[in-house]
Amino acid sequence: MPIKSYILHFEEDKKEALVEELQKLQSCEVFPAKNHDVIVIVTETETEELDNKLYHKLLEINGLKHLSLVSGFDTK
Amino acid sequence: MVQESIDRRSFIKKMAAAAAMTAAATMFPGIIFASEQIENLPKGGNLEWKKGPCRFCGVGCGILVGVEKGKAVAVKGDPNSSVNKGLLCVKGYHQTMCIQAKDRLTHALVKKNGSYVKTPINEALDIVANKMKETIEKHGKDAVAMYTSGQSTIPEGYVASKLMKGAIGTNNLDCNARLCMASAVTGFLTTFGADEPMGCYEDINHADYFITWGNNMAEMHPVLFSRMLEQKNNRGAKIIDFATRTTRSSMAANKSILFEPQTDLAVANAICYEIINNGWVNKLFVEKHCNFSKGSTNIGYGTEDKFKFKDKPSGINFEEFKKFLEDYTPEKVAKYSKVSVKDIKYLANIYGDPNKKVVSYWCMGMNQHTRGTWINNLVYNIHLLTGKISQPGNGPFSLTGQPSACGTAREVGTFTHKLPKGVVMNEKHRRLAAKIWKVPYENIPSKPTYHATEMFRAVDRGDIKFIWTQVTNPLVSLPKTSRYRPGMEKDSCFVVVSDVFPTPTSDVADVILPASWHIEKGGLYGNSERRTQHWDKMIEGPGDTTPDAWMTIEVAKRMGYGDLFPYSEENHVEEIYNEYRQFHEGAKHGMAPLEVLKKESGAIWPYVNGKSTQWRFNAEYDPACSNGEDFHFYGKPDGKAVIWQRPYEPAAESPDQEFPFWLNTGRVIEHWHTGSMTRRIPVLHKAMPHAYVEFHPDDAKTLGIRNGEKVKVTSRRGSCTLPASINQRGLPTKGQVFVPFFDESMLINDVTLDAFCPISKEPDYKKCAVKVERV
Repeated sequence: MPIKSYILHFEEDKKEALVEELQKLQSCEVFPAKNHDVIVIVTETETEELDNKLYHKLLEINGLKHLSLVSGFDTK
Repeated sequence: MVQESIDRRSFIKKMAAAAAMTAAATMFPGIIFASEQIENLPKGGNLEWKKGPCRFCGVGCGILVGVEKGKAVAVKGDPNSSVNKGLLCVKGYHQTMCIQAKDRLTHALVKKNGSYVKTPINEALDIVANKMKETIEKHGKDAVAMYTSGQSTIPEGYVASKLMKGAIGTNNLDCNARLCMASAVTGFLTTFGADEPMGCYEDINHADYFITWGNNMAEMHPVLFSRMLEQKNNRGAKIIDFATRTTRSSMAANKSILFEPQTDLAVANAICYEIINNGWVNKLFVEKHCNFSKGSTNIGYGTEDKFKFKDKPSGINFEEFKKFLEDYTPEKVAKYSKVSVKDIKYLANIYGDPNKKVVSYWCMGMNQHTRGTWINNLVYNIHLLTGKISQPGNGPFSLTGQPSACGTAREVGTFTHKLPKGVVMNEKHRRLAAKIWKVPYENIPSKPTYHATEMFRAVDRGDIKFIWTQVTNPLVSLPKTSRYRPGMEKDSCFVVVSDVFPTPTSDVADVILPASWHIEKGGLYGNSERRTQHWDKMIEGPGDTTPDAWMTIEVAKRMGYGDLFPYSEENHVEEIYNEYRQFHEGAKHGMAPLEVLKKESGAIWPYVNGKSTQWRFNAEYDPACSNGEDFHFYGKPDGKAVIWQRPYEPAAESPDQEFPFWLNTGRVIEHWHTGSMTRRIPVLHKAMPHAYVEFHPDDAKTLGIRNGEKVKVTSRRGSCTLPASINQRGLPTKGQVFVPFFDESMLINDVTLDAFCPISKEPDYKKCAVKVERV
């Protein structure tokens, strides 16, 4: 059961839309920074395969410039 | 059970969020996340938090390791540590995750008929002791050697020195700090007569300018860099990056100035020229506290075996120094340094302005340099001429790469010429060591033998017939491994490797000893700011894993030196530290008692009357100053620092028609040195899975090379094939390529040159000539 955290960098003025999109994803907790254009997310999925799928889904989100993995755990 | 699992997952999620928020804080100091999220971060769960220093890099961040049921399950920054104030970098957060790697060395392995056989640790230590003894009997004591590390703990370095120099009586002990800090040591000794920086990290809170000399702090010292960025954002402090490559540090700096490799020598002299020419010299300071000297020139590069050099210093006066600098006007230097006259004057202006406080930082760029001692001297010249030294926010500050390059390699003295106090060449120092070690004074030889590069040349020549490496991976980290790997594979030398994981070095070993990892043993490290930090054993190691210090003691006992090593297995760290402290008694280098280090997140030496000394040589802060003046450079007999006349001399090897590119090598934020630990941490490995060769986009275009394409980098020594990287992590100047050295599957040190600074004997990994071809 992978748990991962990422830092997201995004295009100017896309923060709100991006937060909204991310919050729609069930397996994703969203922590937007208050004073910088940075969002931290924590993902939790059942399997490696679902984790991979989610990762690719994140990459497709409109306005996302860069997704940087910070930590990863497997709670198996 | 279900509830326990949910709690654990929820805890891990909070830790993951904390790690990402902290990583974001290193990039954007002052970043704020919603308060309720911060409050929700784990306060401890059911964990017991144990304090210690971080395992990676010389900054010496305080960490708290969360231990649950005997396992290390989390790491967080120690909020009580003045070094990092709770911050950690990405390596720091994940450090304990390598312990569980599947290929962990858990038992001793002894090579029998070409294969490794699992062997009980006591039997393996018998073999090591017998082999060492037999080699000494047959070939003499100088046929055996130990090669240790700036990652060895203070007790580990101390017992290695005591065994080799005190008991056996050979100076065949050197360490991998020779590859990273030796030029800083010789720089300090030649200028001040005393090693290690005079200032401390608190300088960051006071400086108006940070000038980084060939130092990518954003990746190599990220927590300190984030503290600098915080000062930049909060009070307008400025960061000037002076380098040969555009890096993450350059991008975050106020100004980036690029120079042609090796010409930092000329630019530093040009800054001194400007300071003198514009009347910015702090005359009173220089008259009271400085002498002028010059040394030998055209001093060679050490590329030949058994190279010898001895500097011949002689005193000069200020006028002679001024005359010498006429060859270094900004106009003359701009022509070959590729730094504009305007930028040279800009740098000189910063140093020359009496109302601006300036800290200079450097690390490998200046130290891994064939004139490493000289460039260290030259930056000190700038600070001495302007009197900007040993005061809060003013000073030159050489950063270390390894967690105990200062504490162990430099202070305990695991170099061939060193003793825990002083050098083997000095009779008084040998007598002190003999007294504390309880050995006959005659045991300690007065002549240094092999520095790191020469040690592995001696292995290759067959002069060294037994070598024991601890906490280091020389067959990835030495320069010109294309020579030293076959050298270590020869039957003429019996190789013992102590390590936590298999490496290319353990691949050539006759005996592999399974070492305890950082938190599986107690120990002490000393960081860049002279801070000594202690930690207790936090968890049990697997199988037969044993602390390196204890393995050395066990071998010493088996060799018949038991009476010199009367330590107990349970308390050897404490017993050794208490013995070692005797070497440094007094106001100039007193070490804090263990009880203090157990309680606090480290203490800075000299530790006098229960207080750390933050700024040495300044009478306001340093009780060792005794000349009645405001400053006292007491490392020198007359109490004065030396301003050195050191010229520009070219690199050992420069690009030519056949090999038209400079090769520069270095590190990346995700990996620690040769990657033997961090490549086993899945998160870090995924973030940076392999090495690469960086190009300037114009060079890539000319050569028709695209991102990711395989490129062969070849020098006169060897070659290495790597994927190309264009406009990604860093940007080398035109005519230069950069390769990180962490990846054992792409050994760039097969390509590098083993030229070194003739004074410090530290190799230059930043400059040699290569050609590049698309594969």
